Amino acid sequence: MNRTLGNRHGSAVITVPSDTEILITRQFDAPAELVFRAFTTPELVQRWYGFETSEWLVCEMDFRVGGQWRFVTRDEGMEIGFHGEYKEIAAPHRLVQTEIFEGVPGDEAYPSEPAVNTMTLDEADGVTTMTLLIEVPNQEIRDAILASGMEHGLQISYNRLEDLVRPAT
Amino acid sequence: MARTPTTTDAFNAVAEASRRQLLDALGTGEATVGELVDRLGMTQPQVSKHLGVLRTVGLVSVRADGRHRWYRVNGPALQPIHDWVRTFERTWNARLDRLDDLLAELQSQENEQ
Repeated sequence: MNRTLGNRHGSAVITVPSDTEILITRQFDAPAELVFRAFTTPELVQRWYGFETSEWLVCEMDFRVGGQWRFVTRDEGMEIGFHGEYKEIAAPHRLVQTEIFEGVPGDEAYPSEPAVNTMTLDEADGVTTMTLLIEVPNQEIRDAILASGMEHGLQISYNRLEDLVRPAT
Repeated sequence: MARTPTTTDAFNAVAEASRRQLLDALGTGEATVGELVDRLGMTQPQVSKHLGVLRTVGLVSVRADGRHRWYRVNGPALQPIHDWVRTFERTWNARLDRLDDLLAELQSQENEQ
């Protein structure tokens, strides 16, 4: 089977396993080792993480258990910062880190307690399946995230929502 | 944007677990308060209170049929929440598509060496 560039575009699957979790799943036509490197090397992270329009201001990764990471980007004039700590590193199959949104000035909801992000990579026949589980600590933080319109606050079962929004036939 | 602690829009209304359970339950079809009480294990006052909030923001509508009042989900009112979820999905898809392209580029570089 020939690989066509971009033939997996748009194929990320996002589900909500519970009130405090978001799960993102995506496959890549690449070895797990390479995917892991793209997640853990600052020069590579800046090539894909963030948003389409991101200008990178800070991309620090003290890549060891207990080490800190910090990303700051400027998007449409607004600086957006995240930081956290590496909790588990098992290259190239598992990476656990905390993540704190540094918030916007004057918003008392931030900085909040950290989310825990667990990334797993499973390689089979040259295809690596990535799962990224985002766990937020409690409903209060989840609601703060939801109210802010930031991206981590996915609430309703996504499939359920699709069903509800789709016009009745 | 300052937000009131009350439940005056769809986002706040669904930020409460019981109300999401009610929406999920109503997603399968119309139901009465009594049916919702049986199905969800909430008390009648709890169900009535949360349905009231959902009606206030327009997420749920009601029709009378004899002695019964039937509640249902008002799908179009969920659109803003749906759009917002789509934003999350779009952000992550775009991000992982860029990663996809980067991995292809790195692999072609390795093959050339």
